[in-house]
Amino acid sequence: MLRRIATEILERNAGAGEVALVGIRTGGLFLAERLQKLVREIEGNELPLGAVDIALYRDDVFEGLPRPQIGPTELPFKLRGTTIVLVDDVLYTGRTVRAALDALMDYGRPRAVQLAVLIDRGLRELPIRPDYVGLATESTASDSVRVKLTETGESEDRVVLRSRKDP
Amino acid sequence: MTEPARAFRHRHLLGIEPLDADDLVQILDLSESFLQISERQIKKVPTLRGRTVLNVFFESSTRTRVSFELAAKRMSADAVNISGSSSSRTKGETVLDTARNLQAMNPDVIVVRHNASGTPGLIARHVEAAVINAGDGTHEHPTQALLDCATIRKYKGPIKGLEVAIVGDIDHSRVARSDVLALCKLGANVRLCAPATMMPRGIELIGGDETRERVSVHTNLASALDGADVVMMLRIQNERLGGTSLFANTREYARYFGLSARTVARAKPDAIIMHPGPINRGVEMMPEVADGERSVILHQVTYGVAVRMAVLYLLGGPAPDED
Repeated sequence: MLRRIATEILERNAGAGEVALVGIRTGGLFLAERLQKLVREIEGNELPLGAVDIALYRDDVFEGLPRPQIGPTELPFKLRGTTIVLVDDVLYTGRTVRAALDALMDYGRPRAVQLAVLIDRGLRELPIRPDYVGLATESTASDSVRVKLTETGESEDRVVLRSRKDP
Repeated sequence: MTEPARAFRHRHLLGIEPLDADDLVQILDLSESFLQISERQIKKVPTLRGRTVLNVFFESSTRTRVSFELAAKRMSADAVNISGSSSSRTKGETVLDTARNLQAMNPDVIVVRHNASGTPGLIARHVEAAVINAGDGTHEHPTQALLDCATIRKYKGPIKGLEVAIVGDIDHSRVARSDVLALCKLGANVRLCAPATMMPRGIELIGGDETRERVSVHTNLASALDGADVVMMLRIQNERLGGTSLFANTREYARYFGLSARTVARAKPDAIIMHPGPINRGVEMMPEVADGERSVILHQVTYGVAVRMAVLYLLGGPAPDED
């Protein structure tokens, strides 16, 4: 699934100048790291990798305690003129992506921003759409979608879609 | 999605005394993230948009006031500054009336500096807003202690087990009191050093058992500095001495308690030199030390903004019981 996304990113941005991967902390960052590795295997070149933490840009930061812990935002490359591929694990309401876009724009003016997600579970609340999707699925607000990766201590990679009604 | 931090259990920041080590570490960790915002081209995050921070300084200050003001602005809060001379205190209004009037304007955070110990606590009991103590009399100056700890941690790693010397007018210093409490809670050993006239009796008991075992009192600079990891010099505060003579003259003070290339050699070779500012050059610290490569005095100032952003982040939202 990720290999296909990596290929699509390369095809779509062939000859388009600088491309960089930016993961949304923390789940998106692990996926961005994997995409970087896959691109290295496919093309042999290294895409710059960054991370963005959106805690301070959320529209619900004060709704519900406790306050989120904040990780560093690291963008070790020039944003101006670069095409940014924003990477997240699950695309849902779109509010996280909105916050990440605001955060990115505070660091500079990228040439373009594209969005890559592993799972698109629908139910958008903002006009945001992904450019690269691993798997699109339908869900309801009461479902829970979890991406479990070995990076977070899981024994294997898996996506768990669980409906609250049939546990 | 970021991991939720543990809830911050305090509504106000009146001092270091009510905080525990976990609270301190939480603020210090957050400060590291906020430090980075001040290094960007766009030095602002939208987190506290639409919230109001009042900086009420009944006692003059430039560094602390600007630091709080920048911290609020970089969090997108609206910051209003009120200073002692322009406030209605000069017209005879009591502190409590001033506080009630300020509260009537619906601020979210009130930052208070006052020359009487306990004033921020008094105000906190009468207002809805979160109150941050920016220095009260000879009581506490919690954000200074937090920025000191953040700076120490940056240069020396974990604070636990470090030997920290604090030298100067301990008796009149709220910075020293907050630093002693914070450093001891984080596991450092603190040596306090001052002429006997400037050393409050029983200072080692300020934090009960927590400080009794970790604080030692010195009247000899060399013994206080011997093998220290951190040397923190305090300003000789002429304005607080009130005409009484606690030492013969500044030259004598500088000779026995001033930090110079000669005296600093007693500390560890990699010890860092700190000062809460403003420095009386030639009195408590010689220029060659203040400007030397081990001086981290200006990094303290940088951390000051980050630490205050972290505190505003933790206290600037709705009160916990409304969430």
